[in-house]
Amino acid sequence: MSDTAATDFRKTPLNARHRASKARMVEYAGWDMPVEYSGITAEHLAVRTRAGVFDVSHMGELEVAGKNALAAVQRISGNDASRLSVGQAHYSALLTPDGTFVDDILVLRMAPNHFMLVVNAANTAKDYAWIAEQVKVTSDAAVIDSTSRYALIAIQGPASREVLQPLTGVELDDLKYYWFAHGEVANARATISRTGYTGEDGFEIFVPPNMADRVWQALLESGRSADVIPCGLGARDTLRLEAGMRLYGNDIDESTTVLEADLGWTIGWKKTGFIGEERLRRQKQDGVERRLVGFEMHERGIARHGHAVIAGDKRIGVVTSGTQTPFLKKAIGMAYVPASMTSPGTELTIDIRGRASQARVVPLPFYTRKS
Amino acid sequence: MAYPPDLKYTKDHEWIRVTGDTAEIGITDYAQQQLGDVVYVELPEVGHAVTAGETFGSIESVKAVSELFAPMSGEVTAVNPQLREHPEAVNKEPHATWMVRVRLSEPSQAGGLLDNAAYETLIA
Repeated sequence: MSDTAATDFRKTPLNARHRASKARMVEYAGWDMPVEYSGITAEHLAVRTRAGVFDVSHMGELEVAGKNALAAVQRISGNDASRLSVGQAHYSALLTPDGTFVDDILVLRMAPNHFMLVVNAANTAKDYAWIAEQVKVTSDAAVIDSTSRYALIAIQGPASREVLQPLTGVELDDLKYYWFAHGEVANARATISRTGYTGEDGFEIFVPPNMADRVWQALLESGRSADVIPCGLGARDTLRLEAGMRLYGNDIDESTTVLEADLGWTIGWKKTGFIGEERLRRQKQDGVERRLVGFEMHERGIARHGHAVIAGDKRIGVVTSGTQTPFLKKAIGMAYVPASMTSPGTELTIDIRGRASQARVVPLPFYTRKS
Repeated sequence: MAYPPDLKYTKDHEWIRVTGDTAEIGITDYAQQQLGDVVYVELPEVGHAVTAGETFGSIESVKAVSELFAPMSGEVTAVNPQLREHPEAVNKEPHATWMVRVRLSEPSQAGGLLDNAAYETLIA
C-alpha cells in the first residue's frame, strides 16, 4: 500500500499523466497502472451513464503477417478468421492442444494476410513464444510483438461516439460494432476499433506512444461537458464482470477449456485443423463435466475469487470472480459448477470465509445495454 | 482530513472513542482511502465478546476484503444500523461512522494505543 514510484515496473506512455492526476497506482501484470482515479463506483457509473476513458496500453499487440498468415491464425485461434473482412475484429481463444486457453484475444484483420492480436498484458511474452513456435509449422508467416509501438486508449459508455466524433474524420456512425478504421484522432495517426471490455458502446484507439497524452487530453476535453472522466483498472474489472466477460487468470486459464468456460460460440466449428480441436469436438458431443455460470448472492456477503462452492462439507466448485457491482447493486460472480447445476435458478452454497451463503444461478451477462 | 484528538488509534488503522467504560470503534480516514469504495461491513452481533488485537469483523470494498481488529477488549452492546444500507458512510465520514459500541472489560487498555499525533506520524 505504498504510492512510491514503482521503478521496476513497465510504464505506459500515460504513466506521468496518471501520476500527475493523482490516480491511485498499482502493479498489474508487471505494469505500473492506475487502479482508480475518483473511485471505482463513480467511474463505473460514469461508463454506464455517460463515458469513461481508460489507459489500456499494457495490453499486448502481436501481429501475424505473411503469405500464410490466415492459415497460421486459423491454426492457433479458435474462432474462424476466414469469416473476418479486412477492417473487422472478433473475440477468440488462443488454444492449447487440450482446448484450454493460452489466452483470450481480440483478432483484428488488418489486411488479407495481416492480423493483429490484442492479448492480455500478463500473457504477452508467453503468447508470443507460443505463436512463434506454432507459425514454424506454417511456412511464410511471421509473428512480431509490436506492443511498444502502440498506446491503447479506450473510451467506453453511451456518450463515447459524440465525444470522439469531433476529434476524428472517421465517420463513427458508419463504424459497426467489432469493426475498425484507420484515420486520425486529435491529429494523431490512429486505428479506431469499436470494441471494448465494459458492455457499453465504445472505442479502443491505437495511437503512437508519443501521441498518447495528446489523445488522452483531447478526449477528456471533448468529454468535459458530458462529464466524461478518466477511469482505472478497478472499474474496468467491475464493468467487465457485470457484462459477463471473462478475465484471464481468474475465470479462464490453461486448465479450463473453451466449452467449460461456456465460450463455445467463439469456436469456428466449420473449420478444421486448429489446435485443441479434438478435445473440444469431443466435449461438444459428450458434454462437459463442469461449466462456468453466473450467480447472484441472495444472502448477505460477497463471494470472491477462490471461494468454494460446497454441498454439505464437500467442495463441488469454485468461484472465479465476484464483487458487489456498483450499477446493479448486487453481489454477483462467476463460478465453475458441476454440469447438473448450471440451469438458471439452481441454488448454490458458497463458503465465504467459513460462512455458508446462498446464491442462485442466473443467465450471463448480468447487464446488457439497452441499445 | 484531520485526525481528531479525542480518538485513540491502532497500527491496524482502527480508531476508538472511549467514554468511561464504553467505547465506539471505527476505521480511520487513511484506512478508507486505502480500501476505496466500501460496499459491505460484516460485524458481530450484540452480546459478542471482542478481544484486543483480534478480528471482530470484516470490511469489503469493491475490490478487496480487510479484517477489522478490535483496539480493546469488551462486549458488543450495539452495531451501527446505518451501515447495512449505507456502507459508503465509512468513506464519507470515517471518524464519525462508528461500527460497534463496546462495554470495555479493561478501560485502562486505552493507554497502550496511539494518540492522533502518533498516528499521523505512523501514516506520514
